[in-house]
This record gives sequence, structure tokens and C-alpha cells, in this order.
Amino acid sequence: MNYILQAENVSKKYDKHQALTNVSVSVPEGSIFGLLGPNGAGKTTLIRIINQIIAPDQGSLFFNGEKLNKSHISLIGYLPEERGLYKKMKVGEQALYLAKLKDVKTQEAKKALKNWFEKFDLLPWWDRKVEELSKGMQQKVQFIVTVLHKPRLLIFDEPFSGFDPINVNLLRDEIINLKNQGTSVIFSTHNMSSVEELCDHIALINKSEKILDGDLEQIRKDHSTLIYSITLSGSNLSGRQLIDPVANLLNEDTNKEGHRVMRVRINKEYSANDLIKHLLPKVQLHGFHEELPGMNDIFIKTVTGKYPQDLTNAALKKHLQEEI
Amino acid sequence: MNKIPVIIQREYLSRVKKKSFIVMTILGPLLLAALMIVPVFIARMSDSVYDVAVVDDTRLFFPEFVDANNVRFTDLNVDVDLAIELMKDGKFDAVLHIPTTAFQAPSTLRIFTEKAVNLNAKLYVENILKNEFETMKLAHAGIDPEVLRATETKISIQAIRLLRDGHEQTDYPEVSMALGIFSGILIYFFVFLFGAQVMRGVMEEKTSRIVEIIVSSVKPFQLMMGKIIGIALVGLTQFGIWVILTFALVSGIRTAMPDTFRFVPQDQIYISSARSLNPAELQEHLQQVQQHNTAVGQVMEGLSAINFEVMILAFIFYFLAGYLLYAALFAAVGSAVDNEADTQQFMLPITIPMIFAIVMAQMVMHNPSGPVAFWLSMIPFTSPIIMMVRIPFGVPLTDLWISAALLIGGFLATTWLAARIYRTGILMYGKKPSYKELWKWIKYKD
Repeated sequence: MNYILQAENVSKKYDKHQALTNVSVSVPEGSIFGLLGPNGAGKTTLIRIINQIIAPDQGSLFFNGEKLNKSHISLIGYLPEERGLYKKMKVGEQALYLAKLKDVKTQEAKKALKNWFEKFDLLPWWDRKVEELSKGMQQKVQFIVTVLHKPRLLIFDEPFSGFDPINVNLLRDEIINLKNQGTSVIFSTHNMSSVEELCDHIALINKSEKILDGDLEQIRKDHSTLIYSITLSGSNLSGRQLIDPVANLLNEDTNKEGHRVMRVRINKEYSANDLIKHLLPKVQLHGFHEELPGMNDIFIKTVTGKYPQDLTNAALKKHLQEEI
Repeated sequence: MNKIPVIIQREYLSRVKKKSFIVMTILGPLLLAALMIVPVFIARMSDSVYDVAVVDDTRLFFPEFVDANNVRFTDLNVDVDLAIELMKDGKFDAVLHIPTTAFQAPSTLRIFTEKAVNLNAKLYVENILKNEFETMKLAHAGIDPEVLRATETKISIQAIRLLRDGHEQTDYPEVSMALGIFSGILIYFFVFLFGAQVMRGVMEEKTSRIVEIIVSSVKPFQLMMGKIIGIALVGLTQFGIWVILTFALVSGIRTAMPDTFRFVPQDQIYISSARSLNPAELQEHLQQVQQHNTAVGQVMEGLSAINFEVMILAFIFYFLAGYLLYAALFAAVGSAVDNEADTQQFMLPITIPMIFAIVMAQMVMHNPSGPVAFWLSMIPFTSPIIMMVRIPFGVPLTDLWISAALLIGGFLATTWLAARIYRTGILMYGKKPSYKELWKWIKYKD
């Protein structure tokens, strides 16, 4: 696989605070890469190192196989978590300025900006000051200046924070659009549902160390809880009688079609195949699928060592969810 | 591609295009000109003649009351009360009463008015009476006023400096002082005015949260230098326009209304009045005029004695280098804090050397070659001001070179230091850092 960005054993220390410890991540080209972790884990430090705003104490970074250097700055687009615009500057002028700083020629930048502004209905605001724009419009402008120079790698730090739902959708569609055009994306967030929706790969950083990374689907499989959802009909036996001793019944329900829906956990010494073999002679199977854990659960499990449903202390659970 | 020019361009244009800049730049000289012209105009407009009725019970002094530009005297040989009645009827503006006791007891002199008294007229009258009383007293004591006048001596020693090459040079310390302190104060204001702009610019970028977007494209150092240079150009533009506009305005008005601004020495008012002078008085006036002329001549000569090439070159150098030295520190302060209120504690160490320099300038003026002057003109933090105060008095070239080299070194050092605080500070939000933390930021690698 071709990697657009690779970080190898990157460490960074601020005075006494260790921000990153031997972190290695590889971002496959053309994918959306989720960089996850609790607040203060070191995500923003890593992103700033990739953007060459700060330098690592140790470790090396490679952009498309080359050692990361100044020439790569114009190939990266960065939307920081702490973001804003010059309030007193005119929108168009400002967008042009930021494009010029990314080495885009004035004429080219103007043309590209007009296109983007048209797409986002911002054209009438070209000569207005930024402070006259609504928050949503300012965020659109920010997104435009991030992607204007057609970067090969886009880095979004909490891109959806502060966006209203309509703009979140717009932004998500554009991110997927860019990905389909071949742009690679690093996506740092706490929002796990958007991670499941968008990311192909993830890395999880906690307390300055990377504790998990890989293909998203693979990770979910690896974290399988062996819980399956079975839809069946054609038996009068109780749920427990049907699956004993292969699995334990968690709960049972009836769906709209009148079929029985059972959630079961397969016992350790058996597999899913064993359960199907065990059931087939007795019932008519309509559905059988594994319930993979959500990223939210995996996140909490990996960081705290326990799944949220297993956390006994309700207050702790609440606290964790709030933090995430 | 080097992006500093792009940054300089934005910093410059965004400020120069501001309404407040245009207003200040154009209004500045207009205000200055107005400050000079309006009082003259007002004085002209209130030129209505002030009518003073003189009730001179002694019948001795009235001949001495000569009508002046805007004071007219009328001899009223009537009772004071009647004169006051006439004044109340609007015939006069004021009634001067010289009672018979006036000479023995000048405190019995009275001037009656309905409205507030015209101070100029009052002073004029007082002056005349003072002269007359003194002359009378001298006569009384048997002293010839001419003798007294002859004893009046004005002493102004010419200071001549013997130069190494054997030439002599006349010093005009007063002229040097004025020139030195003027350029020192100019540098002081420039540094503070535009240094504070650098600080506010940095804070604006930080609080509007645009800074991280920019430093993902350029190095923090480039952003800082671009801002400092851009604002320096704004300052030079404003300063240049001020000089040109003020010059144009003043010379324009002078040519348009030559009479209004001709310098008329007070004593010539006497001469221009209708009164004929006796030869002795005439002699005295001529002498005064001559003295005045020599004073003007001395200023001119003093100015010509100053090495203006060195002065102007040095001014431009200290003006810019002093600004650069301090602007970097202002930028560091702006990067360390989140709001204007927090700047106070960090501003203090920056402002103290500047204020100290201005205070010490007084001392340096009086002994421009002393050790205090020497050392303060070497230390980069005070040298931009103190050296400018010293230069009009003549400074050895070696002193100038050392001071300039130290200032360049100083500005490189503060810029390096400031850049290290700046690159960390701009990305730090939340609590105000302590000096200890600033020191840690300086020590961070890259």
C-alpha cells in the first residue's frame, strides 16, 4: 500500500509534559484516517508536527515516501481546531491572501475561489468584511481556504465542532467528494459516529501513546463481543432451549413480520458456525449477523479497559461519555 | 518562495487602507496647522479697538498713553463717577482712574469695566505706568535714566571648540539641545506608537484564532518579521505624509497671507504707533532689533554648524533600529497574552528603559560628553534616544560606530528572543503565563 504520510517513533516533550511517546502512524493514500483520543492525548501535537508548525524531539516523518520538508507545506491543507479569520478583512481579499501563503498564483486562486464561493453561495459576500458574515458562512470560508490549493493531504482537527447540522452535512459530503477525487484525509475527532461513517483507518492515542490502529472494520472485528442477532421462526421452543448450550440468550423480541429476534452471546468453546448448525434442524433462519461493537465502545474499552456497559460506576461512565 | 513580502504587503495595505489611518494622516497636519493658525485668526478677529477712558487726576501721565494696535485712549478731564456713567452708556469699554495718590501709592490705581477686563489692554497700561513711575523715581533720586540703561549688560559667551585638526568651531549648545531633544522625543513616540500596533496586531491574530492557519503555511518567524516590517513601513508612510503635508500647509498659508504670519517683535509695536520717538529711544529700539537679529543669526549659524548629513543618517538609523529592537519585544508580549488587560505586567520592562532614556536626556543635554551620556548611548535599549540627543553636540565617529553595532546586535538578540517566545505563545490559549513560563518557552527546542 502507498502511504501518503508515515510517522515513525515520534516523540515530543514540553518541559515536563510528555506530549507524544514513540508514536508511529501510517496514513494510506486516498483514505480517510481517523486520529482519535481523549482530550490532551497528543493529537493536536501530532497534527502540528505533521504541519511543521513544531518539530518533534525524536522520530521521523515521511510524506509520500520523502522525508517531510518545507516543500510539502503547500501539499497539505489544515483546518485547526482553534480557527478563525481576520475579522476586519474583506472575505475575498482574505481568502486570496491565505491562498498566496500556500503558494497559489493570484489568478489561479481567484478562479478557484470564485468556483468555491459559487458552490457555497458566498459570492455576494466577496467584498464584505468577515465580521459581517454569520458563523456558518465564516466556517464555509474556512473550509474553502483549507482545500483551495488542492492539497494531497487534508488535516481536519475537530472539523464539525461549532458547525450546525446543515453545514456538518455539507462538509461531510465535501470531504467524501475530495476523498473520491483521490485526496487523503486525516480526521481528528471525538465524534465517534462520524468516525464510523467516514473513516477507513484509525489510530487511537491515549496519554501520549498510540494504543490502537488499523483498518476500522478489522478493528471492530477484533473487538468482537461474540454477540449475534438471530431472526428465526417455526419453533415453539423457548429461546433458551433453542440455543443451549452453544450460546446464552441476552434478550428476545418479535419483529413486524412476526419473526422472533434473539440477541445471544456465543459461549467460549463454540463458534458462530456451531450455533447455525445447532439451530438449522429446529428452526427457519431468516437472519443471522454479528453485532460489532461501535467505535464509541471500542474507544472507551481501549482507554479505560472496560466496555461502557460493564462500567459499574454510573457516574464514571457518565463522566467518560461526556469527555468523549 | 519567500512569503515575507506577501505578509508585509497585507500588514501594510490593511493598515494604510483603514479609514482611521487616512483620517489621522490627513487630519494630523491639518490639526497641527490649525493649532498654529487658529489662535492668530482669533486674535485678528477680536481686533476690535478697546476704548479706554483715562481719568488722570494728576494730569501728568496722559501724554504717555499712546494708542496701540487695538487699544485707544481718550483723555477725560471729568469726575470718575461721570466717566463710569459714560462707560455704562457704551461710550467706552473701560475707565482708567489715576488718582492724585497714585504715585505714592500705586495700589490706588483703578480700572473699571462692565465686562471682564481686556487683559492685554490692562498689561499695556500697567507697562506704561511702570515705566513712567520708574523714570520719575530715578529722576527723584537724581539718577539719569540713560546712565542706568548704559549699565545694563547682556552676557552670552561664545563657546569655541578646538578641533583636533586645528580648526575652531563655535558651539551653540542651545540649538543642539533643541535639535537633540526633538529627535529623541520623535523616536520615542515612533517606537511606542508603532510598537503598540505590532503588539495589537499579534494579539488580533491570536484572539481571532487565525494564527494557526497562517503558521501552517509560513514559519512563525516570517509572520512576526512580516508584521514588524509592514508596520514600520506604515509608520514611515504616515510620518512622511505628515512632514510633507505640514510643510505644504504652512508654506501655502504663508504665501497666501504673508502679513498674518510676519514676526512682529513686541517693541516694534511702539515704533509703528503714531508716536514720534526721541533720538535716545530710537537708539534703544534699534539696538533691540539688532539684538534680535543677532539671536536669529546665531540660531542660523548654530544650525549650519551641525553636521546634518550625520544627523539625518543617524536619525534614520536610530529611528528604524530602535523601532526594530522594541517592536520584536512588543510582538513577544502580544503573543504571550490573550487580551489587552494582561499586557500590563509585560509592558513594564519594555517601557521603563524608554522612559528612563527620556528622563536622562535632560542630564545628557547638559553634559553630552560625560560618562552617563557615553554609556547610555552605548546600551541598545537607551541608545536610540540618547545618541540622538548627543549627536548635535558632535560625537566621535568611533562612538557612533560602536553604538550602532551594539544596537544592531541588540536588535538581533531581542528578535531572536522574541521569536522564541512568539512561536510558542501564539499557540497557547487560556491562562496568562508567568515570567518563568516565558523563560521555559525560550528554552524549548524548535
